[in-house]
Amino acid sequence: MRKTVVAYSEDRELGLQILSKGREISDKIGAELCALLLGHGIKDPEEYVRHGADRALVVDDQALGTFSVESYQGAALEALKDLDLEVLLIGATKRGKELAARVAAALDAGCMTECIEIDVDEGGRLLGERLTYGGSVISSQVSKRKPHIATIPPRTFKKADPSPRDGEISVLDVVIQDQKVKVLESRGKSKGDTGLAEASIIVSAGRGFKDEADLKLLEELAQILGAKVGCSRPIAADLGWMEEWIGISGYKISPKLYIACGISGTIQHAAGIRDAQIIVSVNSEEGANIHEISDYSIVGDIYTVIPALTKALKDRIK
Amino acid sequence: MTKIIVLLKDIVDLNEMKIDPSTRQPRTEGIKRRISDVDKRALEAAIRLKEKNGGDIAALSMGSDRTRTAMLEALAMGADSLYIVNDRGLAGVDALVTSKVLKAAVEKIGGYDIIICGEMTLDSLSSQVGPRLAELLGLPQVTYVKQMDLEDGKLRAVRDLEDMDEVVEVELPAVVSVVREINEARIPSLMNIMRAKKKPTEEWDASALGLSAEELRAESSIEIVKVEAPLVERKRIVIEADSVEEAAGKLAEAIINEGVVEA
Repeated sequence: MRKTVVAYSEDRELGLQILSKGREISDKIGAELCALLLGHGIKDPEEYVRHGADRALVVDDQALGTFSVESYQGAALEALKDLDLEVLLIGATKRGKELAARVAAALDAGCMTECIEIDVDEGGRLLGERLTYGGSVISSQVSKRKPHIATIPPRTFKKADPSPRDGEISVLDVVIQDQKVKVLESRGKSKGDTGLAEASIIVSAGRGFKDEADLKLLEELAQILGAKVGCSRPIAADLGWMEEWIGISGYKISPKLYIACGISGTIQHAAGIRDAQIIVSVNSEEGANIHEISDYSIVGDIYTVIPALTKALKDRIK
Repeated sequence: MTKIIVLLKDIVDLNEMKIDPSTRQPRTEGIKRRISDVDKRALEAAIRLKEKNGGDIAALSMGSDRTRTAMLEALAMGADSLYIVNDRGLAGVDALVTSKVLKAAVEKIGGYDIIICGEMTLDSLSSQVGPRLAELLGLPQVTYVKQMDLEDGKLRAVRDLEDMDEVVEVELPAVVSVVREINEARIPSLMNIMRAKKKPTEEWDASALGLSAEELRAESSIEIVKVEAPLVERKRIVIEADSVEEAAGKLAEAIINEGVVEA
């Protein structure tokens, strides 16, 4: 039986991204690369072949019309059972992570969550790098026993350019189990795109702001810079002044310029802004961690420094 | 009576932890261990279910010699009893083995209706134990819960997914994992802290659960090879000036000189 690498995500774009990494690994260990597709009314499975798969394993069933971890797990296990599974890569969405953990338990396998880098060693063991300790450190790990399972966050790898390739489409007939968890209602989130992931300049608010109305100081600064406005976790999660926050549990950002105002700089926040080119901080606490991870800092009151900075930039720009 | 088992882990206090700048290693020695934040909220959720519907809460933790001290907070918050699995032979095992140990412990406690845990612990960030335990116990899982209640003996919950809130219902027993947004964990009163020490606590090693630590270690698949903070070079220039205007001016110059804004 031929060794197999399988890539899966219920999010097609993410599925194609991890497929490109799956291609690299398959070539290294001489394995067949399969894309696993679960759902109902699946369109264009050939797209996965054009993006690198040798074979698309398709389970198309009405019972898979909406994601439920029980039925998806059952379908995935059925699709995998006749393969010599070496590596299983799953997109690390919330759904993907719960599916991966449950599939791993059923296969009595280890799993590395949210790998930001993966590779295989000479022995065919899967190597993964992932963030731990609140996102402050990178943990290099090895999966010693096959099947090796890892989940991979969105935008970690780039999807391959499509090319005309030969590949097989295998449509599998699988009996889907009834699910015990009943979905009563799905309320779509009107998640207006914050634009934070792609922004080239971001100004950001932390607990130093005493009142929601004071955020206008930041908006004025943002306007001069053509920046997006973000915040640290407490401003969004605890106070609800904004929808989304920057940090390891929220948005990871990579702007050219990040200006942190009244943000203390917890390790979770630091992990989210690590890829910024230049970090500027304004915080009245001299010992605040944010100053340790900044290129330029002013130790001072945001209520006086931000308006002064807005004016200073206004005088110098254009 | 609803019996709830809450899974808790004591971890190094991440607000106190620093990275050694020369070795880029996290400094964890001598730092107080606390219950992981999301786990504490899982316990809070259990306490609120009990306050409304009655019931009994057992706190369960797989840990070390230091776990008991950290877990007193769980008893002070409102857990009725505490079970600790402490076996040096199990130090450093992966989520696969951890879930097997927890399965054995949960079965030994027995009689449960709901098992509640956090969606992840903040040290390992692995998000695996809830779903794995559900699989091993053959139970349904309801993950990423931000709101829940019991109705006619069923659990009704709101799940917080990326693109939607999903309202679900499940018959018990079930495994539930909660997100941080579900609640704010209470701070126990001094009186309850005093009482906590008198609540029943049991400590088990692997053999007390009918398991072999040696065999389990051999089953552990994921091994940590190296832990290191990524190399980040920052200039760390603190702008000094006599007035706010002068400081702001210097900062504006610095930003423009970096070429990161259109001047």
